[in-house]
Amino acid sequence: MQDIALKLEGVSKQFGVDVAVHELNLGVARDQVLALVGPSGCGKTTALRLIAGFERPDFGAIWLENRIVSDPYTFLPPEKRGVGMVFQDYALFPHMTVFENVAFGLQAKSGSRPDQRVKSMLTLVGLETRAERYPHELSGGERQRIALARALVPEPVLLLLDEPFSNLDADLRLKMREDVRVILKGIHATAIFVTHDQEEALYMGDRLAVMNVGRIEQLGSPEDIFHRPQTRFVAEFMGNTDFLPARVVANGLETEIGVLPQKIEAPLDTAVEIAMRADDVSFAPEAGGNALILARQFRGVMNFYRLKLPSGRLLHAYAPHTQILPAGTRVRVWADPGHPLAVFHDSKAISPNN
Amino acid sequence: MARLFVRNSDPSGQRRARPAWSRLPSPRALFLLWLPAALIAAAILLPILYLIIRASSGGISAWVHILRPSTLAVLGRTALLGVSVTGLSVALALPLAWLTQRTDLPGHKLWALITPLPLVVPSYVGAYLFASALGPRGLLQGWLEQPFGITRLPDLYGFPGSLLVLTLLNYPFVLLSLRAALQRMDPALEEAARSLGQSAWGTFWKITFPQLRPAMTAGGLLVLLYVLRDFGAVSVMRYNTFTRVIYVQYQNSFDRSAAAALSILLVALSLVVLLAEMRWRGRSTHHNAARTPKKSKRLPLGAWRWPALIFCGLIIGLALLLPAGILLYWLARGLGSGEQIVSLWQASRNSIVASTMAALLAVAASLPVVILDVRRPSRGSRVLERISYLAFALPGIVVALALVFFGANFAPWIYQTLPMLGLAYLILFLPQAIGAVRTSMLQAHPSMEEAARSLGKSPPEVFRRITLPLVRPGIAAAAALVFLSTMKELPVTLILAPIGFKTLATSVWSSVSEAFFAQAAAPALLLIVASSLPMAILVSRESSPG
Repeated sequence: MQDIALKLEGVSKQFGVDVAVHELNLGVARDQVLALVGPSGCGKTTALRLIAGFERPDFGAIWLENRIVSDPYTFLPPEKRGVGMVFQDYALFPHMTVFENVAFGLQAKSGSRPDQRVKSMLTLVGLETRAERYPHELSGGERQRIALARALVPEPVLLLLDEPFSNLDADLRLKMREDVRVILKGIHATAIFVTHDQEEALYMGDRLAVMNVGRIEQLGSPEDIFHRPQTRFVAEFMGNTDFLPARVVANGLETEIGVLPQKIEAPLDTAVEIAMRADDVSFAPEAGGNALILARQFRGVMNFYRLKLPSGRLLHAYAPHTQILPAGTRVRVWADPGHPLAVFHDSKAISPNN
Repeated sequence: MARLFVRNSDPSGQRRARPAWSRLPSPRALFLLWLPAALIAAAILLPILYLIIRASSGGISAWVHILRPSTLAVLGRTALLGVSVTGLSVALALPLAWLTQRTDLPGHKLWALITPLPLVVPSYVGAYLFASALGPRGLLQGWLEQPFGITRLPDLYGFPGSLLVLTLLNYPFVLLSLRAALQRMDPALEEAARSLGQSAWGTFWKITFPQLRPAMTAGGLLVLLYVLRDFGAVSVMRYNTFTRVIYVQYQNSFDRSAAAALSILLVALSLVVLLAEMRWRGRSTHHNAARTPKKSKRLPLGAWRWPALIFCGLIIGLALLLPAGILLYWLARGLGSGEQIVSLWQASRNSIVASTMAALLAVAASLPVVILDVRRPSRGSRVLERISYLAFALPGIVVALALVFFGANFAPWIYQTLPMLGLAYLILFLPQAIGAVRTSMLQAHPSMEEAARSLGKSPPEVFRRITLPLVRPGIAAAAALVFLSTMKELPVTLILAPIGFKTLATSVWSSVSEAFFAQAAAPALLLIVASSLPMAILVSRESSPG
């Protein structure tokens, strides 16, 4: 238990009649980056604000480093928590220089050469030459890094990042992702990273928590979340996924594109849904085939096809960039995943029968 | 499962909700924010409540007074003047705003700078200058008598004079509102209309004008509100609208419940206009783009620039140059006959003292109200903000009257003292201060304060080091606005100032009411100069980037 930096138990928060966060349970180990991911309005920012102390939970308790910071009778204000935060809009103080911004969180009492700490932090984020500038004179990426430096200088026990890259251009976002992850890992920071971008979450998080309507749907490693989604929502949110209805039969799962030889723990005849990503689907032109090509998008390294099945259902499939077939071509479609696919009954995953 | 783990490890029962007391504001917030804000709201409600009590205590007769034909005539005159001034102001401001913002009118920068300037002229000063020059036996008549034998000009007093003066001094409210809307508007919309085949004229009526309509209506309603509460112009022009009748009633009769009843009627009228204005103001500002739209290309006027120039020139000539000329004339006459510099010096000092007091009071009072409204929104804070805004619907004469009644009956120790005057100014000008401070508080994103707190600073320190520097422009603007308004203010100063406390405004008033026009010139000029300074600051802030 010693290396648990943060623990939330049964934390709920309601704004009027809107439930923002419902019975949230969460733990973050020391030196770990947790990516909190979900669609906008799922409560992930509220969760962050509850941890930082900007909001007070209606129910539940929050521990930081084994100290209760919030329960029905205790509420530690944000300035006493030692939690750093990087805001979506950076929230740099416009009337202070970069240096003053970064030095803001240092207590006057701490005798350990504040100037030196600020300078080394600016060096860490690669902006030691910008110390005397004002925030409005910086580029978006620079502001981002100053916001990070400012939050890190007081050595917070936990760092919170609220969609920090959402205001950056796509190119810059990729670069900042890498830079920030290198910095966080380099100083062994414990952090929670909030994003609505599943790709960003997969890259940034040591662990992922997928949130939906105020609850955590699944908590696990990035690989776990991506390959073994526990709910239909997670499968849908984490990748471009089509859901193909199927029926449990003796030799596998029977779908309209044939039987998938995958055994699951469910009685015969159970109605299920199979999560299929575009790379799990194969097809070939065939005069009497079971599907029709509706459209092709050329994506450089590959072609992305939209196919229409006999039932009218749509299925997406990747094909090599050399395989160019016009819309309207009849094809035969089959599933060829090479690994077990996630199967859902009642929106919950059914574990495979090994 | 995580959820099971929680149930096992937590026998203490974290499902319990926070106790009710933890939902109350902290003692610090209660003491520093809620208490002052509640006191301010009470101070604003005090006069109006007292007026109602007073009018009721006059029994049925006071209310019967409201229904008399003479009262209905007052209502009719007030409405006629209000609607006429508003309509005429819009008719002047719409072309002025468009010409100065969107066309290549020669010297458009200069025109943009000087067209709002009539706002700095107090209405009684404007009225005095026009009356003394264009009145039936004014300066103009004097000059025309010798060569043409004209012994009397058509009567300016009454409706025509009031209409002229109030329109020329108040059209800038519509102009500024329209200009702000034009600056906010995305020029790409107009360009899109042109690319779809609309002419410049068609684009204006089909695209630009509909987008300006909320701002135009809001500005027009503001003019209407100012006409309703104007005391100076209608008094000098002797037009019996509400404010003048109330003042005359107050001065001449022992039974003041009739004045109270009239005041209540006037407040009710102002409230209706104010609520309408709030509604339209909201519509005009809500859908504005977060980023500043790029600068639009100015439309070439071609030969139309000549009529446009004549139009602008006529307005400025009538609203600025003519009064300035008359003022200088009277000033020269006054100086020639030996003006008492001492009394002028004293009046200036008193004006500055009163205005500074009002500015400090209003800014200090606005802070708790704004902080509660913007940063801690709740039903209570919204009610407080609404109450303080409703003070806009209280004409000066009504506030003065209410405080006179209240002071004479309940607080004689404060009656006709500077604190009493300060209280009246506070009630009158708090909405202006709140408006200015609120705007800058809204622009300062709360995440900056949260960032400061997550960096270990306590709320008071965050306020001192982050919030205050961020809203400083708003505070400066609020102080300037209140200073300007107090400087120009007449009825409250007239009625509530301590005996012998002569300000520039009351000096002008007393000289004009005795027709000593030359004597009024020097304090009037000082008044205009002093109230131009905050205006200059505001205008330069508006035109500066960002």
